Amino acid sequence: MIDILIGTLCTIGAVAILIAAIGILRMPDFYLRLSVTVKAATLGGGLLLLSAAFYFPEEVSVTTKAVAIIFFLTLTAPVAAHLIGRTAYFIGTEKWKGTIRDDLAGMYDKETHQLGSGDNEGDNISHPSS
Amino acid sequence: MVKQFLMNLLLAFTWVALTGVLSYSNFLFGFAVGFLLLWLMNRNESDHRYFTRVPKIIGFFLYFLYEMIRANIQVAYDVITPKFFMKPGIVKYPMNAKSDFEINLLSTVISLTPGTLILDVSEDRKVLYIHVMYLRDKDQFIQQIKDGFERRLLEIIR
Repeated sequence: MIDILIGTLCTIGAVAILIAAIGILRMPDFYLRLSVTVKAATLGGGLLLLSAAFYFPEEVSVTTKAVAIIFFLTLTAPVAAHLIGRTAYFIGTEKWKGTIRDDLAGMYDKETHQLGSGDNEGDNISHPSS
Repeated sequence: MVKQFLMNLLLAFTWVALTGVLSYSNFLFGFAVGFLLLWLMNRNESDHRYFTRVPKIIGFFLYFLYEMIRANIQVAYDVITPKFFMKPGIVKYPMNAKSDFEINLLSTVISLTPGTLILDVSEDRKVLYIHVMYLRDKDQFIQQIKDGFERRLLEIIR
């Protein structure tokens, strides 16, 4: 019973990482690549670690380490993705031609790196008409 | 709230010490037993927040797991089939979360769901800019996040 569980978790995790790897190659632009990779890698790594924790049920050190790694993985991966995505947008990485909407365009102040919300027009962040 | 949580933790460790088996499943079982015990003892007291919050946290976790698997399958299908079905776009999302902690948790949860990626938080903390892979309708997407993740998350934190 526990073997089936471990096998299933391992397989799903490995397939998730495989799909992320294919996604890096196939996706048309940078943001989609980032979007596909980060989550699938977190899910895949998490599932593999979880199956390792189930494989050694009576060893607390293994389980504790696995849970700690999963915790920090889920905590840090989105931060890294957010920073990479923000930098990419800021330096003007091109979007795919199928992108249908861009609310972020013209919201950055290139001098101060400040980002406006577009709600209050009274602030000193410039709004180009494009 | 914190007092009850610490008490529950103490009961769980007592259970582990008494049974003599230090493993995760045994600890979780002890935690559940301790929770039940505290719930039985605290029924007449006024502060019920801890006892409504723990089931909500578990519910949120399951909901997040469900959303994650659903979106992962959608993205995986798009990756391995030759044709692209996606309609990417960057959406401005006005959020209800106010403090740093709430914004951090909300953006972590949104970022971890496949297909959505936080690009930036505005300087006055009113708006999130989200890159969405499958954007059919902007208002529908905002409503979906508001009713799903944000409402559940704020119910737990506040």
